[in-house]
Amino acid sequence: MPSLKDLRNRIASVKATQKITKAMQMVAAAKLRRAQTAAEAARPYAERMSAVLGNLASGITVGPETPRLLAGTGSDRVHLLIVCTAERGLCGAFNSSIARLARDHATRLMAEGKTVKIICVGKKGYDILRRQFAEQIIELIDLRSVRQIGFEQGDMIAQKVLARFDAGEFDVATLFYSRFRSVIAQIPTAQQIIPAQIEATGASSDAVYDYEPEEGEILTTLLPRNLTVQIFRALLENAASEQGARMSAMDNATRNAGEMIKKQTMTYNRSRQAMITKELIEIISGAEAL
Amino acid sequence: MATFNFELVSPERVLFSGDVDAVVLPATEGDMTVLAGHAPVMTALKTGFLVVTSTPGNGRRVLIRGGFADINQNGLTVLAERALPEEELTQDILDQEILTAEMHYDATNEPAARQAAESAIAQLREAKAALNF
Repeated sequence: MPSLKDLRNRIASVKATQKITKAMQMVAAAKLRRAQTAAEAARPYAERMSAVLGNLASGITVGPETPRLLAGTGSDRVHLLIVCTAERGLCGAFNSSIARLARDHATRLMAEGKTVKIICVGKKGYDILRRQFAEQIIELIDLRSVRQIGFEQGDMIAQKVLARFDAGEFDVATLFYSRFRSVIAQIPTAQQIIPAQIEATGASSDAVYDYEPEEGEILTTLLPRNLTVQIFRALLENAASEQGARMSAMDNATRNAGEMIKKQTMTYNRSRQAMITKELIEIISGAEAL
Repeated sequence: MATFNFELVSPERVLFSGDVDAVVLPATEGDMTVLAGHAPVMTALKTGFLVVTSTPGNGRRVLIRGGFADINQNGLTVLAERALPEEELTQDILDQEILTAEMHYDATNEPAARQAAESAIAQLREAKAALNF
C-alpha cells in the first residue's frame, strides 16, 4: 500500500504530464490549421498539372523517343522508395504506419529478387527503417530546420531523385507519405512517380493542339516539374497529417491522464479516510482501556 | 468584347480565376496575346510579366518565373512555378530573384540552360528598371 505522500506525488506528476499533453494538443491544432490551408492551396496546381500532362500524354504514342520519365527505363529491376515521415515523434501511429507500408513494400520487392534503395525524408522514418534496411538506405534528407514547407524543398528532393535517375541508379520510384483526409483519418499511401502515372483524361483529346516549342520538348520540361509538384504535394499532405495525428494522439493522452488522476484521487481519499478512522479507533480504544 | 475563363495557379495558391478579355503571356518563343476563341495551344513560359486585362484599358501585371500555359476550349490555364503580382513586388524580392537566376547560370554548363538563365536575368533587370527601383 503506497503511503499518502507517494500518492500525492504521483497525482502531481500525472497532472504535470497532462498539462504538457494539453499544450501539445493545442499547438498541434494551431499548426494543423496552417498546414491544412497550405495543403489545400497546393491542390489546384497539382490537379491542373496532371490534367495538362494527361492532355499531353494522351496525344502521343510511347516510342523510343518518349522521355524515360514517362515511358520508364524498360526494366524494373531496381526500385527506389522515397519514404516521407515526420521529424518528431509523439504523433500516434503516424510515422510507424508509413514505415510499415514502406517496409512491406520493400520486403515484397526483395522477395521477388529486386534491388531496393531507400531515401528517407524525415528522421523518424529513418530511425524505424534503419534497423532492418541499413544497407538499402542511401540517403537521409533532413527537413528539421524547415519551419514551413515551401516549393523549394520539393524541388530540392526532386532534383536529387532526378540526378540519381539520370545516373541510372534505379528504374522505378515510389513515394510513401500519408494522405490527409481528416483530423482522425490519415491514409498511408504509396504512389509511383517514376515512370509517371498518368490518368488519361480523354475529354479534350480530340482537340488539335499547337505546341510551342515542340511537343517532345515540352514533355521533357513538364515531366521533371510534375515530379517536383508530386513531391511537394506529398510533403504538404504529410505535414498536415502529422499535425492531425499529433492532435488526436495528444487529445487521447490528455483524456487518459484525466482518468488516471480521477482514479488516483479516489485511492488517495480512501486511504486518507482509512487513516483517520484508524487513528480515531486507536484514541477511543485507548480511552476505554483506562 | 468576348471574355474567356482564365486561371493563374502557382504551387502555393491560386492567384487569379475568372473571366478576362485578354492575357499577354511571356512564352518562350516570344510574347503572345490570348483572346477569346484562341486555337488550342500549349506553350512553355519564360521569366517575365504576364498582363491580365479584365476591363478594357486596365491591365494587371504579374511577374512569373517559368511554367506552362494551356489554352483549350475551356479557356486558359497558366501553371507558373513562381508568380508575384505587381503589388507584392519589392526591390528585395527582385534582387533575390536575380540572385537565384545568377546562381542557376553559374551552376550549369549546358548552353540551353545558360541561355535561359541569361534571358531570365535580363528580364528581371528590365522589370526592376520598369518599376523604378
